[in-house]
Amino acid sequence: MRNPFRRSVEQALDASRTALASDLIAALGEQNVLWRAEDLIGYEYDATIDRRRPDAVVFPSTTEQVSAAIVIANAFGVPIVPRGSGTGLAGGAVPIMGGVVVVLTRMNRIVEIDPRDRVAVIQPGVINLRLQDECAKYGLLYAPDPSSQRICTIGGNIATNSGGPHTLAHGSTVNHVLGIEVVLPDGRVTYLGSRVPDAPGIDLRGVFVGSEGTLGIVTSITVRLQRQPEAVRTMLAIFESIEIASEAVSAIISGGVIPVALEMLDQEIIRAVEPRLHVGYPLDAGAVLLIEVEGLRESVEADAQYVVTACREMGAREVRTAESEAERARLWEGRKGGIGAIGAISPNFYILDGVVPRTQLPKVMAEVMRLSAEAGFRCANIFHAGDGNLHPNIMFDELVPGATQKVLDLGGAIMRLCVDSGGSITGEHGVGLEKRSYMEWIFSAADLEAQQRIRDAWGTGERFNPCKILPTGHGCGAGHEAEIRQHLATPGVYV
Amino acid sequence: MTTGYSGPITFRGPGFVGEDAPALTDLQNCIHCGFCLPTCPTYIATGQELESPRGRLHLIRGVLDGKVEPTDSLLGHLDLCLQCRACETACPSGVPYGRIMEDARASIMDRGVTGRPFGWTLRSFVLRHIVARPKVLATIFGLGRIYTRSGLQSIIRGPLGRVLPEKLRTLESYAPVVGKSAYRDRGTLARPVDAKGRVALLTGCVHGELYPEVHHATVRVLDRLGFEVVAPPEQGCCGALHSHAGDAEAARDLARINIEAFEHAQVDYVLVNAAGCGAAMKEYGRLLRHDPAFAKRAEHFAERVQDITEFVAAQPFADVPLGPVSEDVTIQDACHLAHAQKIRSAPRQILNAIPGLRMHELDTPDRCCGAAGLYSMVQADMSRQVLAAKLEDVAHTGASIIATSNPGCSMQLENGFRRSGMRVRVQHVVELLDASYRAAR
Repeated sequence: MRNPFRRSVEQALDASRTALASDLIAALGEQNVLWRAEDLIGYEYDATIDRRRPDAVVFPSTTEQVSAAIVIANAFGVPIVPRGSGTGLAGGAVPIMGGVVVVLTRMNRIVEIDPRDRVAVIQPGVINLRLQDECAKYGLLYAPDPSSQRICTIGGNIATNSGGPHTLAHGSTVNHVLGIEVVLPDGRVTYLGSRVPDAPGIDLRGVFVGSEGTLGIVTSITVRLQRQPEAVRTMLAIFESIEIASEAVSAIISGGVIPVALEMLDQEIIRAVEPRLHVGYPLDAGAVLLIEVEGLRESVEADAQYVVTACREMGAREVRTAESEAERARLWEGRKGGIGAIGAISPNFYILDGVVPRTQLPKVMAEVMRLSAEAGFRCANIFHAGDGNLHPNIMFDELVPGATQKVLDLGGAIMRLCVDSGGSITGEHGVGLEKRSYMEWIFSAADLEAQQRIRDAWGTGERFNPCKILPTGHGCGAGHEAEIRQHLATPGVYV
Repeated sequence: MTTGYSGPITFRGPGFVGEDAPALTDLQNCIHCGFCLPTCPTYIATGQELESPRGRLHLIRGVLDGKVEPTDSLLGHLDLCLQCRACETACPSGVPYGRIMEDARASIMDRGVTGRPFGWTLRSFVLRHIVARPKVLATIFGLGRIYTRSGLQSIIRGPLGRVLPEKLRTLESYAPVVGKSAYRDRGTLARPVDAKGRVALLTGCVHGELYPEVHHATVRVLDRLGFEVVAPPEQGCCGALHSHAGDAEAARDLARINIEAFEHAQVDYVLVNAAGCGAAMKEYGRLLRHDPAFAKRAEHFAERVQDITEFVAAQPFADVPLGPVSEDVTIQDACHLAHAQKIRSAPRQILNAIPGLRMHELDTPDRCCGAAGLYSMVQADMSRQVLAAKLEDVAHTGASIIATSNPGCSMQLENGFRRSGMRVRVQHVVELLDASYRAAR
């Protein structure tokens, strides 16, 4: 016998959902709204562990449609969650409280590239790599290059303030966004920043970039472009162990030459990547550093020579320099496809994102490996060593009882290690759902309250991508622990 | 704050049934990174997760885990997949997507007539009783040949077309031009003196009816390279389309027929000049893995299957005198050559060796043209969208010939060129090589 009260609640909810869907369809057109239960499943995930079905999904193609969707969601009092390509690694695009997911992939026009002012105006659904390719036609470069660049959107990059290998020299997304058009949580449209750098007044553009979709939805973006470097040298330094390679990282940078990219791949990663992609990483190496220097032709040679010497002095077994563009592309292909390759050697893995001061790397990496071994898991490392931005990937099998809980505990211990070493809980993936409960390790209650008040000041903040970033919040405050336990009951695909 | 409404989905089951159900270990490889999305033609066209490989894998996993019902609308998302397998090339973690999709379709087919969409039953009827039956196929194409040769087709496409209703005219424009006599040669096709080896040729289903010239060219090239060529008369359709459609039972029957036919012919290699067929025949081992009488034989057979371009490129084909073919050529990588068989350089090696031939690469040579077997008929709208992008890409190259290696692609491209008024001819790679050999003095 079913509970008659529960049935009536379900019927009422069904009626609400139907009304919500029909209002959205009336405003955006039938082809731009998903509402069937089995269709909504396609939007219950991003590239992480968390799953929750939305009540409706909309695909706006104009700022007005974004605004209309927000107004309707507000009228029904349901959450709004912006989404790009769904490649986020912190659960930022998962509608954890249900509601309307606003997918921006159809707003994918490059409106303008101005090679003289060196700016581009684009819509949020433009794929990062496509912008790079278009800019390259003018000899220009949009610097942020996250490893997911072939599919991640610029809108998503703004949400998480994405970095990438070249962040080391060029800075992350916030350093390259000049102005943004934003639909606020009440549906009104505003513009933050400007087409030229350093707009007067409080830098709300800076507040917005990295706010993980909690303050509004970006509908137009003006980015700064820079000239492509005249010359580039890419090197592969081969080491016996990850600790020795970590020592070399600090040695290179303290010597005064800052490479544009300084990436570490350990033995587990090399053994996952090389058999699949054949990029030329030696299978018996303990770790390799992928190092890139760029600049004027004259200076690059000297910088490259310096890097080679520094690596050798720090105990590199061999340092190779890419002799051709094809060879350079191959070396990078191994780096960009590296995370994915772990999927080929392990049923599941959990990718962590933490930061430590560069000088702490040798100690922290040794500790990461010790903690993983102690917990009984293999751990593969592929990360932005120059920034001290680690990505330990813990490999496991979700079908082994208790494994997922142990992995999540280990993830927490490694984050704690980063914080205790003077670092932080995220370098580039964002806080999202995943790391909300760790925010208290870094911020005091007063700090967190200040952040919450900023969110409140933007409008109906709690309904805009709820339960993201801050550990507090009405209805979300039960905390991460309980949520994790709930996820454990339902097997899902873990990253 | 109010939270959303979405509650649990009630699952009435059963989901996937039978021995073909997708393997959890295959699905577990997917890490949801999304790298497949930008290479998927249907995701490019729709920008929608459910029409992407990641989305479809998630749906399949949902059904397997008993979390979602395989409703007709869910199966519709699986149906919109071209099975081009471009996602497999893009996937950094090696998800065997093609296999998972075939397994999913097969285990829905195993639910029986009442447990699957009516369209799937109809499709498998067409595949079993028309495509896999040479005599039925020959009759249909024979009628088509009369239609073309009598001049009726050109009258309808010309002056009479204007008086026909729009719908009928559109429908007619999809019919191929069946001009030449079908390829019916069987037995020994070439026997050069001092033959270097003995190979067999798959004559296939539609290929010989529509593109007899490709078989003629293939035999002449192999003859020139010094190989004895046979076509066992007992061979039949390869069963690729049946596998793709999830009719594993029919595919297995056809595979067994072919294995026996080619074993009997006692050849070093079984050569295939249709990429889709070659890809399927290289997978016979897996297809028949549950059949104790055939599992081993199928694996052994699959090892001897080669695409014609793969085989020729491994021979000293450029030592035979090549004459000039002064043409602007571009190349379309057949999906089941580039993505399924991982063959990309062989056709280019052959074309680049031909004197006078000017090669112009497409922007995305390995993106599907939208043919995908019966797809161009079953999913006509999406097929046309995918084709339109391809035609634009071809137009930018300025090529007058597009080289490909699969009859489905040839039909689709020819159709597209004709309907959009583009003057581009479609040729199999081996036809261009044959032309070059024949032009040599």
